[in-house]
Order: sequence, then structure tokens, then C-alpha cells
Amino acid sequence: MKVEQISVFLENRAGRLCDVTKALSDAGLNIRALSLADTSDFGILRLIVSDTEKAKAVLKENGFTVGRTTVVPVEVEDTPGGLNAILQILSAEDINVEYMYAFVQQSGQNAVLIFRFDRTDQAIDVLLKNKVKVLTGNELYTI
Amino acid sequence: MMYDVEKETLPREELETLQLRRLQQSVERAYHAVPFYRTRFDELGIRPEHIKRLSDVAYLPLTEKQDLRNNYPFGLFAVPRENVVRIHASSGTTGKATVVGYTQRDVRNWAQLMARSFMAAGVTRRDTVHNAYGYGLFTGGLGAHYGAEQLGATILPVSGGGTKRQVMLLHDFKPTVICCTPSYALHLADVAQTAGISFKDLSLHTGIFGAEPWTDALRSEIQTKLNLTAMDIYGLSEVMGPGVAMECATVQQGLHIWEDHFLPEIIDPETKEPLPYGETGELVLTTLTKEAQPLVRYRTRDLTRLTPVPCRCGRTHLRMDKVMGRSDDMLIIRGVNVFPSQIEGILLETEGLAPHYQLILHREASMDTLEIQVEVNENIFSDEIKHLQRLERKLQKNIKEFLGITADIKLVEPRAISRSEGKAKRIVDQR
Repeated sequence: MKVEQISVFLENRAGRLCDVTKALSDAGLNIRALSLADTSDFGILRLIVSDTEKAKAVLKENGFTVGRTTVVPVEVEDTPGGLNAILQILSAEDINVEYMYAFVQQSGQNAVLIFRFDRTDQAIDVLLKNKVKVLTGNELYTI
Repeated sequence: MMYDVEKETLPREELETLQLRRLQQSVERAYHAVPFYRTRFDELGIRPEHIKRLSDVAYLPLTEKQDLRNNYPFGLFAVPRENVVRIHASSGTTGKATVVGYTQRDVRNWAQLMARSFMAAGVTRRDTVHNAYGYGLFTGGLGAHYGAEQLGATILPVSGGGTKRQVMLLHDFKPTVICCTPSYALHLADVAQTAGISFKDLSLHTGIFGAEPWTDALRSEIQTKLNLTAMDIYGLSEVMGPGVAMECATVQQGLHIWEDHFLPEIIDPETKEPLPYGETGELVLTTLTKEAQPLVRYRTRDLTRLTPVPCRCGRTHLRMDKVMGRSDDMLIIRGVNVFPSQIEGILLETEGLAPHYQLILHREASMDTLEIQVEVNENIFSDEIKHLQRLERKLQKNIKEFLGITADIKLVEPRAISRSEGKAKRIVDQR
């Protein structure tokens, strides 16, 4: 229900993103999902990888500042209104979305939304009560 | 614990009598053996015999770093070359290197003063000293080395560099004392952390840090991160090397200047007038026993103040404050005087930011701009941009509040700011 996401601090400089992906690639790690948030000076790369511990170690060895956060992956049908239905549920309970990103599964049927909430546990409760499909780490890694 | 109880606790009157006698001899030697000093004295109409009291030192000419450069390499030596047993030199990064010579007795005195300093810091002959000051022309490495041996401690001559290996040695050899620059101590802590080694599991109890100005806030940071008592040592190659002054473990408030070998004064860096005890200014040192290269009123450029208040440790030698900065490091930004140490203090007070920072000065349309690069470590990193931006604003606000200047804060990746094995380079002035 809760999935570990790692985040990496990046200066806005050519090649820095590539340095991250190279380190992960050299370590044989697969990126499951990612999002890059940026300002004029720096960026924060958020990643879900097949092996969080290993990825964290590898990136630290390469001199990056790495953080770890708990996020919640939710599966919705890839049709109009899918995301809206989820946000309605959360909004009704006054749960704030700090940030989110999404990807569509290879099969094309469903989309996966990755949420960072201000109140993670309550958010999961509310989603489950409303019969929303919250993925586990294993489910997400094996998509 | 004192290495040389008699000298370290000499009653003030006797100490000053000894100082005067040595000052007279030293000035005599400088005048007669060093043409540079003879010319300077003659220009001012001063003769060595005019020095009747300690305060007469103020009539003597000041010596600047540039004077050492102008007399490069051996022009200030006061003894024949065959009596010089050791030569050290500064790196010369800001011009020609400054060269210093030592006779056998100079080297012996230096070792004694370093042994004295080690013991004042609480080091004994049962300790093992990991010496990470650079060996070579830089005085730090060999100065600490001879001092630790003189004391009878076990010395590990590690020198600078090879940080991962240093961490391994700290783990495997279990030294109890470490000597290096404060910025290198933090670097060691970072590297150890990455290697999964905690300083809690090491055996260090004391660190002797010097060669660059550092704040008390940084001291706390180092003490926590390295799990040891951080002691401040002071010295400069022109005058001798490390061990000119040392903090005592008893009170850890100010550094005792070994006055039987050096005569300290504080002057106003602008007017060059002597300042009374308690006032902050530039430290000026006259060597009292140096044979190979006596220095008369050497302008250290280090800003500090002196206190004659007797110390609880029993030592009678004057204490100087932790150096707050250098008169040549003082930045004037839009008319405001700023020292890197002040910025460091603010960084440390704001969320305990690891003080790997750099000040970059530009001039845009005849206006000075200050950019402060601060490395992001795991303690302050967040996956949410708003948190990092809040941190930037908070820093900017604190700097504005304390210093009255607006700075651009730029968060940078760890190790983006180059680490020197020796002294940290805090300022990049592109104006």
C-alpha cells in the first residue's frame, strides 16, 4: 500500500540526470516510474526503482544527496474521469496532495497514479473504503 | 597537565623580564644580520638599543608578507646557510611562496612548543596521534609530527589526502587524537558516513584543528559529528608553524600565546596603531627566540583580541580569542563589512546546515552581488521543492537580518564545492 520512493537532489546542469541514470544502469537497476520537478537552480528527481536500498546506496556512492519518502500508488481505469474520481474522494476528506505523477500501463487498460499525501495513512484508508485499487510495492515493481 | 610547568606558569613580571631580554637580543640580531631590517630601522631612525621596555616594540617597523616575498627566497635569513637545518614555505597560491628557515635550535623549540600545545589540549604520551596535516613544505605536518614525538605520543604520519584510506586507518589503528584543518575534519566525517563508519565506534577523544579560521558553531558541529573534543590551535609558518598559541582543555576559552617565544600585539589594521587589551584588531607577532629568521612585528592579518585575565588552568600566558577572520579576507559588500565566519555562523544556526559553503561575488551594473552556495546534505534535503525554497528564503532572511545584505542563496549538490586537503577556499571574488 505504501511504496518507497527515492528522491535525488540535482543541480540544473547538463548531464546530471544522465549521471543518475548511468549509475542505476551500471548497477542493473530498473526504473519503474519517475518524475522530475525543477526550479531555475535545482531539480528533484523522484524515482521508483526495482530495489530501493541498492539504488540509494549506489547513488550515495556516486555523491548524490538521496532522500526516501513513502508514496501511494493507485490504479485507475484509463478512461475520462479516472483521476477526477480519486481526487473527489480525497478532497471530501480534506486530504492534500503534495505532488503526484502518473503513467499508463503497458497493457493500456489502466493508469497508475503515484501520490504523495500530507496524511498518508488516512489517505490509504479513505481510498480503500471507496474501493479504489491501491497497489502494493510488489504489484508496482512487477507491472 | 602541563608540559613545561615552570615556563607556562611563570609569574607575569618574570615572564615580561624574560621577554624584554629576548626581544632586545632578537632585535639586535635582526638589525645586524639582516640587511632588510637594518635598512628599515635606519629609515625610521631606530637602533636596537632604543628598546628599553616591552612597549617600545611599537617603535619598530612592521613586517608584511610582501616583505618575505620581496626577499625571496633566503633574504631574511639571519644565520649562515650551513646553520639552517630546515626550510618550509607557504604554497604561494597568492604570489611567490614565503620561505622560512630554521636552525637546529629553532626546530627543537618548535617541537617543545608543539608538545606543550598537545598537552594543553589534553594529549599525553599514551595517546596515538593521527596527523592528517600535510607533510612537506607546509609547516602543519612536520610541526605536529615533531611535537607529538617530543611529547612521547605515538604518531601516525598520515599526511593529507586519500580520505577513504584515512577513514580505514581511523577504524583499524584506533588513534585517540586527530590533527587536521576543521574543514577537512568535516570532509572526513562525510566520507566516513558514506562508508558506513560511525565516529561513535572510533577511539578519538580529541581533535586539534587549525590553519584556518573557524567558528564556535562549527566547533559544536565537528564535536557532534566526530564525537570528540575539538581544540583550537594557532600558528603560522612565517613565525614558526602550528603551536604559536593553543587553547587549554581546562576552560577552552581563548588560546594561550606562548609568550616566552612570541611577543603579541594587537593593532588597528587601518591606522596600524596599537590597540589595548580587549579590543579586536590584527594580531602582530615578534619572534623572541627564532635564530634562522627573526621576524619583527609580523602582521599576521588574523583578527582577534587579547585578554590578560588570568586563566583557571594556571598558565600565565596571555590568551587570544579564536581568530574571527582575516583582515585581508574581510569583504566589503555594498559598503558592509562581512567576514566569511559570520556567514558560517548563520548557516550553522539555520537548521544546522553543514558548513560547506562558498561566497561568490560579482559586480552587476556597478552593484555588488553576493551569491552563497550551500551544499545540500541529507538532513536538509526534501523531496518537496517548497521545503527547499523555504530554506533558501529563511537563509536569505537571516543573512539580511544579521548582516544587512541581501544574498542569493544557491543550493548545490554535495561536493560541488571543491574540498582542499588543507585550507578551505571560501571566497571567489569576481568583481
